[in-house]
Amino acid sequence: MTNQKTYLIDGAGRRWFLKQSSALAGLFALPPLRFSTAAAVDQPTGLPPAGKRSLTLKINRKTYKLDVEPRETLLDVLRERLDLTGSKKGCDHGQCGACTVHIDGRTANACLLLAVMQQGRDITTVEGLAPGKTELHPLQTAFLEHDGFQCGFCTSGQLMSGVAAIREGHADSRAEIKEWMSGNICRCGAYAGIVAAVESVQKGGKRV
Amino acid sequence: MKNFDLVQADQPADALKLKSAASTTRFIAGGTNLVDLMKYGIESPDTLVDISRLPLDTVAKTATGVRIGALARNSDVAVNKLITDQFPLLAQALLAGASPQLRNMATMGGNLMQRTRCYYFYDTSTPCNKRNPQSSEGPSGCGAIGGFNRIHAILGASSSCIATNPSDMNVALSALDAIVQIQGPNGNRSVPLIDFHRLPGNTPQRDNVLETNELIVGIDLPTPRMAGKSHYQKVRDRASYAFALVSVATRMAVENGTIRDIQIALGGVAHKPWRMPAVEKQAVGQPATEATFREVARQLLAEAKPQKDNAFKIKLAENTIVRSLQTVL
Ligand SMILES: Cc1cc2nc3c(=O)[nH]c(=O)nc-3n(C[C@H](O)[C@H](O)[C@H](O)COP(=O)(O)OP(=O)(O)OC[C@H]3O[C@@H](n4cnc5c(N)ncnc54)[C@H](O)[C@@H]3O)c2cc1C
Ligand code: SF4
Ligand code: FES
Ligand code: FES
Repeated sequence: MTNQKTYLIDGAGRRWFLKQSSALAGLFALPPLRFSTAAAVDQPTGLPPAGKRSLTLKINRKTYKLDVEPRETLLDVLRERLDLTGSKKGCDHGQCGACTVHIDGRTANACLLLAVMQQGRDITTVEGLAPGKTELHPLQTAFLEHDGFQCGFCTSGQLMSGVAAIREGHADSRAEIKEWMSGNICRCGAYAGIVAAVESVQKGGKRV
Repeated sequence: MKNFDLVQADQPADALKLKSAASTTRFIAGGTNLVDLMKYGIESPDTLVDISRLPLDTVAKTATGVRIGALARNSDVAVNKLITDQFPLLAQALLAGASPQLRNMATMGGNLMQRTRCYYFYDTSTPCNKRNPQSSEGPSGCGAIGGFNRIHAILGASSSCIATNPSDMNVALSALDAIVQIQGPNGNRSVPLIDFHRLPGNTPQRDNVLETNELIVGIDLPTPRMAGKSHYQKVRDRASYAFALVSVATRMAVENGTIRDIQIALGGVAHKPWRMPAVEKQAVGQPATEATFREVARQLLAEAKPQKDNAFKIKLAENTIVRSLQTVL
């Protein structure tokens, strides 16, 4: 069985990885790395700049206050402003599922949601799936066990859809899993492992 | 995406007031179509009126059938007991559309209003009479006519546009004789779904009969005269998460081998869901056999005019109609 701790991408482990990779990058002019604490991203006080809206977002059980333009999508705000880069930008047009998040408990493509319309909604990203810092979500563990990764770009969206499929009772057979995972378009070598992982968690009967 | 202002409406009346304030204002519900079009620069409103929180998201029994609020989510309607019991055709069509993520955000009103998926409409570097009806030199032209038009219309098209309506839901609603409930600055009106979407004619920029200052508030489904069986058959390039090449929504009631009641609507073939009540009328009283179904299919496609790349759709539609009717037998 895989040792879960090795795969926890957080805190010291992540920093170590980034240090190694920036050392390897050597002469490349990399932008300064940002290690924002997961707490609220504070903007200087005062009125928001023209055209911007003050917004409160509830993400992964934390509250973030920020100013956004109405045109900013939830995906861009997560990735570019809040450093929550687990949700990926694939197509940016609702076609690939890489940006899948949960809004009030149901899946949605963050690339087609305007952030200003999400005030008061309960948002969960892949960063918020695990119950705690030292524990993975059962489906994350199952992805490791069943080799549900390839390039990994689509993984976070697949996890979010997989969890929803199990919660909503759409994971009773492989055919059903495939149908309810169809909004996540990746069908690479990892896909067989992804389907197997969802199936194993469903069969395991654990609350997800 | 061009920046814009966004205002939130809490009641339909506020939404209407906010909308009529400026001509470049659009309603936004789930945003799954509008935000996409704004990213491509096809829509560029100055103001969005957020209607996603209007209290119009319930499904309720009425004296004549069921009323679905315009802001009800596609995924909620698909599992609502009133719908699955009495109108399984609609539930089936909704679940055949888009992906779970999109259905969770997509609303009934937004689905009625979704725009064509014609590739040339989406590509702003090509001419399109629907996206850009007029340029300084006259009508823009149509990239699809003479272009690659495998997915385009075989029925009801015009020389200015051969686009199809992409919705699955609309096809089922057409077969179910749905009625669109509309609120405007001067009161309410009801439009049967079969008259809601338009054929392109020489004004393809108008997909339907909704005025710019009107709000869709609901969709009524009348209880059918006769109980029957129904089926939604969607044919597409891959097994799921793709728009229909051709789709067929059928309802039929058969007694002692004779057709007593029948409704058929076709999707993916025209600018609107395609229904021909005259053909249905003739089928009533006929034996419910393959020969009758073939004849019905032939009549429904009798006026079909193929484009360069989509002649296959005629045969495909005929066969899909026959298959659907056999399924509900
Ligand atoms: C990748 C992809 C695949 C898809 N596949 C399918 C498919 O297979 N089948 C299918 O049927 N659909 C499909 N869809 C389309 C999807 O179903 C629609 O985008 C959705 O139904 C639109 O609803 P919405 O609430 O998000 O609309 P919005 O994007 O919010 O609005 C769309 C339009 O409707 C107007 N509008 C919305 N509500 C009202 C109202 N109450 N009154 C007046 N005007 C209103 C808006 O102003 C806007 O112009 C797909 C979409 C994507 C992105
Ligand atoms: S078919 Fe209609 S939507 Fe497509 S390019 Fe021609 S005019 Fe535009
Ligand atoms: S990035 Fe949102 S669906 Fe592809
Ligand atoms: S995980 Fe990236 S291609 Fe499959």
